[in-house]
Amino acid sequence: MNTAIGRPVDRVDGHAKVTGGARYTAEISLPGLTYAAVVGARIPSGRVESVDASRALSAGGVLAVLTHENLPKIAGQPRLLPSLLGAAAPGQSFFPMQDAAVHYAGQPVALVVAESHEQAQYAASLVDVAYRREPSITAIDEGRDRVYEAQRLFGGLMPGRDERGDVGTALAEAPVRIEAGYRFAANHHNALEPPATTAVWEDGRLTLYDSTMGIRATQLTVAHLLGLPLSHVRVITHFVGGGFGSKAMTWPHVTLAAMAARHVGRPVRLALTRAQTYTSNGHREEQEQRISLGATRDGRLTAIRHHKLSITSHFDDWAEPATGVSSQLYDVEHYEGVHSLIHGNTMTPTFTRGPGETLGVFVLETAMDELAYELGVDPVELRLRNHARTDPRGNPWSSDGLAECLRLGAERFGWHGRDPRPRARRDGDWLIGTGMAAAAYPVAFFMPEQRARARVYEDGSAVVQTGTQEFGTGVLTVATQVAADALGLPLESVRFEAGDTDLPNTSAAVGSAGAGMVSAAVHAAATALRDRLVAMAVTDADSPLHGADPAAVEVADGRMRLRDRPETGETYADLMIRRRLADAEEVGSWTPPPLTTPHGLLTFGAQFAEVAVDPGLGLIRVRRMTGVFAPGRVLNPKLARSQLMGGMVWGLSQALLEGNEMDTRHGRWGASNLGEYLVPVNADIPEITVEFVEVEDDVVPLGIKGVGEIGQVGAAAAVANAVFHATGRRLRRLPLAAELVMDPPASS
Amino acid sequence: MRPLAYARVSTVAEAVEIVAADPAGAFLAGGTTEIDLVRLGVARPDLLVDINDLPLHDIEDLPGGGVRIGALARMSEVARTPVIAGRYPGVAQALLLGASQQLRNMASMGGNLCQRTRCAYFRDGVSPCNKREPGSGCSALDGLNRGHAVLGTSEHCIATHPSDVAVALVAFDAVVHTAGPGGARRIPIDDFYLPPGDTPDRENPLRHGELITAIDLPPAGIAERSVYLKFRDRQSYEFALVSVCAAVRVEDGLVTEARLALGGVGTKPWRSRLAERRLLGAPATAESYAAAAAYELSAAVPRRHNTFKVELAQRAIVRGLTQAARGGMR
Amino acid sequence: MGIDLTAEAARRRTPTVRGPSEQPVVLTVNGTHHAVALEPRVSLLDALRDRLGLTGSKKGCDQGTCGACTVWVDGRRVLACLTLAIACEGRQVTTIEGVATDGEPHPMQRAFIEHDAFQCGYCTPGQIMSAIALIEEGNAETDEDIAEFMSGNICRCAAYPGIRQAIKDVRDARERP
Repeated sequence: MNTAIGRPVDRVDGHAKVTGGARYTAEISLPGLTYAAVVGARIPSGRVESVDASRALSAGGVLAVLTHENLPKIAGQPRLLPSLLGAAAPGQSFFPMQDAAVHYAGQPVALVVAESHEQAQYAASLVDVAYRREPSITAIDEGRDRVYEAQRLFGGLMPGRDERGDVGTALAEAPVRIEAGYRFAANHHNALEPPATTAVWEDGRLTLYDSTMGIRATQLTVAHLLGLPLSHVRVITHFVGGGFGSKAMTWPHVTLAAMAARHVGRPVRLALTRAQTYTSNGHREEQEQRISLGATRDGRLTAIRHHKLSITSHFDDWAEPATGVSSQLYDVEHYEGVHSLIHGNTMTPTFTRGPGETLGVFVLETAMDELAYELGVDPVELRLRNHARTDPRGNPWSSDGLAECLRLGAERFGWHGRDPRPRARRDGDWLIGTGMAAAAYPVAFFMPEQRARARVYEDGSAVVQTGTQEFGTGVLTVATQVAADALGLPLESVRFEAGDTDLPNTSAAVGSAGAGMVSAAVHAAATALRDRLVAMAVTDADSPLHGADPAAVEVADGRMRLRDRPETGETYADLMIRRRLADAEEVGSWTPPPLTTPHGLLTFGAQFAEVAVDPGLGLIRVRRMTGVFAPGRVLNPKLARSQLMGGMVWGLSQALLEGNEMDTRHGRWGASNLGEYLVPVNADIPEITVEFVEVEDDVVPLGIKGVGEIGQVGAAAAVANAVFHATGRRLRRLPLAAELVMDPPASS
Repeated sequence: MRPLAYARVSTVAEAVEIVAADPAGAFLAGGTTEIDLVRLGVARPDLLVDINDLPLHDIEDLPGGGVRIGALARMSEVARTPVIAGRYPGVAQALLLGASQQLRNMASMGGNLCQRTRCAYFRDGVSPCNKREPGSGCSALDGLNRGHAVLGTSEHCIATHPSDVAVALVAFDAVVHTAGPGGARRIPIDDFYLPPGDTPDRENPLRHGELITAIDLPPAGIAERSVYLKFRDRQSYEFALVSVCAAVRVEDGLVTEARLALGGVGTKPWRSRLAERRLLGAPATAESYAAAAAYELSAAVPRRHNTFKVELAQRAIVRGLTQAARGGMR
Repeated sequence: MGIDLTAEAARRRTPTVRGPSEQPVVLTVNGTHHAVALEPRVSLLDALRDRLGLTGSKKGCDQGTCGACTVWVDGRRVLACLTLAIACEGRQVTTIEGVATDGEPHPMQRAFIEHDAFQCGYCTPGQIMSAIALIEEGNAETDEDIAEFMSGNICRCAAYPGIRQAIKDVRDARERP
């Protein structure tokens, strides 16, 4: 029985979202609600010399001004660990307003609480902070003399270096070498809902309404920082207006909201302003990457050296790991991946969609394009020739599909017969080019046990619950589908509840892992409940199923029946009413396979793009994109397609639009609004084709490998490779701004 | 946002009187610039006088062939008014390429003329900025200045004027009508925009309490063949890297009349009189256009991140003139 | 709140300066009059969300750069974040909560679900307010027009192709007799 999974059903929360009925965190209304506003440091380094709150305190409606002088000390600082691990997950291992030190511009130095939003915001502008400025490093160029190699990344979770074989010798001896360096501007997530937290204390217990991708991470982090029993912290999140990594970790403002609420003795809502999101929830760090490929004349890779340099905060060795794909995707004997860092005066960077690998793959796949030109081999063929059959340890992939993605993508896109010569196609002022890239993204497995609860009522309706949260992935919908099928109920009879830490525990929905792990837990709970009800029926002398082998029983439309004789059976409702059971309930759990599973774990895909470039004016228009992906089982193709397409647009955007520069004199970002930090608008986005390649995977939960990141990976490289094809110019910075793209003046 | 008093008025005289009487008073029309800047703490009025009920919404033909656009006519309305779209296509195109439809529905024509720069140092409320805090210095000179002006700059300010429609209005010699405590004035639009010089805080000659009431467009003439081209990173909802309003009359292969104005590269909407003069009598060829463009940009003073605009503007001018000439060819 | 609407209207006939303290203000939203006390500095968006409980209009930027707060004032789509609530007295405000008819979702709302024209849903009310207005304005005739005239509504989840398809469906259904 499998009726809901795999169907393109509409989002179960669609009605709430199109009617405005869906309530996001800053829309929770509570009696006595007050409003907090953060005052961010104007300097990137130094000290707060003094704070004069008198003007703010005398402004209308102001209840309190908190600074390092009167904010209580935190009970303890948890380690920075990715929220997927299921432990406390502060975005950075520094909590502000504990002393006078300033480590980055925008660091909270004061917090104003007032009766209304307007009063709080205005009073925040009246807090007079005097600073002592000290020298700062806020960009790579300022810190080249203090580069160090990172030993561990992700809060110590991953090594900073990955090597095998003898890269130096292999590169020196390679008949063909490609070497290139790239610079990437910092990226900001710009989820459309700015992070917000509403904090309420009652009898020493704290309830937080928080816009987070991981309510459990919020609970653990805040409890740790405030020294509260976990049982005293409850986190509720019904709808989140986009995350993309910015809400994957628990940032200081969440705990500050709780501290403010305790201070004023009333509920406090703290909503960051758009400008504050640029300095409050991490970012994708400014970075440089260098890659060297060694290959034989017949297009076999022999060596890859892939180095990344980026800037992190003073307190954390954070780098997006960029070499997880370049080390595995191609069959190459000699490999060296190294992450180097500079401690600087920014906040700790964080996960940003396709963390690390989206730029790592950009570098790899741009170099592969160069290699294809160097060798005169078709770019698709070059990937097919080098695709590794196993991971570097010799383990087979849990599932593959890259070759099929490449072939299907080439066919759908119309790649064959492409004239590879650059600058060969023209359409008026526009040069036309096409490009492609392979895509891969690691499957993350380091979450703890995941749990869900399923309950069937005596009328045959069901509620399934787990503590995940909806931020656009469609988890509410796919979990409902999984639960309906596992229980043997029609979709309409199942209600899925999430968004509350009082529900069974799941980890933060990050790293493309959300749908898989939540579905696995829901499946386990629903299956356990079905099995229990079936067991009850076959042992019930009054049941038509009495004495049947439970394995011979199936459930459809809420009716248990013999698979061979469907006319024999009864409904859950019949059974439960007869047994006087108002409801029946089971908790199910799913434990991920061990990290030592003898399988390679990558999700694969292929990206194709056609661009038009106006070389006189430096303009690039993406005309069409085709992405083919093998994400394992697709629970809901409609929703999966949307998410993959969104990822592809993120890749387009990363290639063409997104970047922020640091004004190193002030240590402040150049852009802090959506007018200057450019994300795509409707007119930028062409029609996009998304296709799936089916692969069976019995290692990952329910065969689901995830669709959150893979859509983005490789998309920027496909666009940039198309720009090369159009113009004959290989550009080594992102975004591909007009000044880089336009042909240089004839005179120079 | 700072506390504000509010008054809604129904006559121009009332509006002028109230604002003139209050040094911290300001007019409120569409609010798209004003409310934004008040919230940022950059504009600091204590009283906003809502002028949206004033009878300044009409667009009407003037005797002799011109058009009068009421100062409170919305950008979107003006753009779709047949007389504008038909006789001044460059104006209509500039309107439609500005902002978004929501903002165009809000923003008044008079307010658009008073639009403030998008310079991040002006808007951030804390960086040194001579426009915001006279005498405090200009952070853009040696800062992040990709979006900044290369024409009309001074050592005190290089902020770009952001308006699109003002570029077209400057090209066609619009006239700004005002009412103020001292009576009514008419100001040729090119004089309405002041170069920053050493007083970048003074962007126009309006006195406190003086209100724009209308914008007159003279009889269309060459404007009927005008084009407005806008080039930017994103395809919509973004200010220009460079924009061009161009109109060219060509007779027997020679340029007999030309109008050219630039946006995105000047501290004010940039009427390109140097190029216009150079074009007169020149063959209507890409070479002439390029030469005129080079002449216009010869006065450009680029900075570290906006050097490309000098070349980009020249190429954009050639595109604009070429396209305009196609419509203006006899 | 016991506000005397007649007295209020009388006061409005003279240019009385009001505020900066809280003022009695009558807002007409989705056809209903709401008497509220507001400081003049309160935006229409904050009045809707924080005072009237109409949280369908979203705050994405509060500075006119995202379109999430799009509502109609006197039938035209505008940005509620850059509009003062007090300036809307005497005007008709329509929000996402007001586009359904007798509890039946507007065809555009249904089309958005059908074409999965959103993910996180935060920009969606603004998109829908723009999308309905777009057709009324006559700016939905070509694919290019739809893309251009919808560009004032940013969708960070990037559901743009679905948004365009939803609009085309509703437009075409209207054109059919």
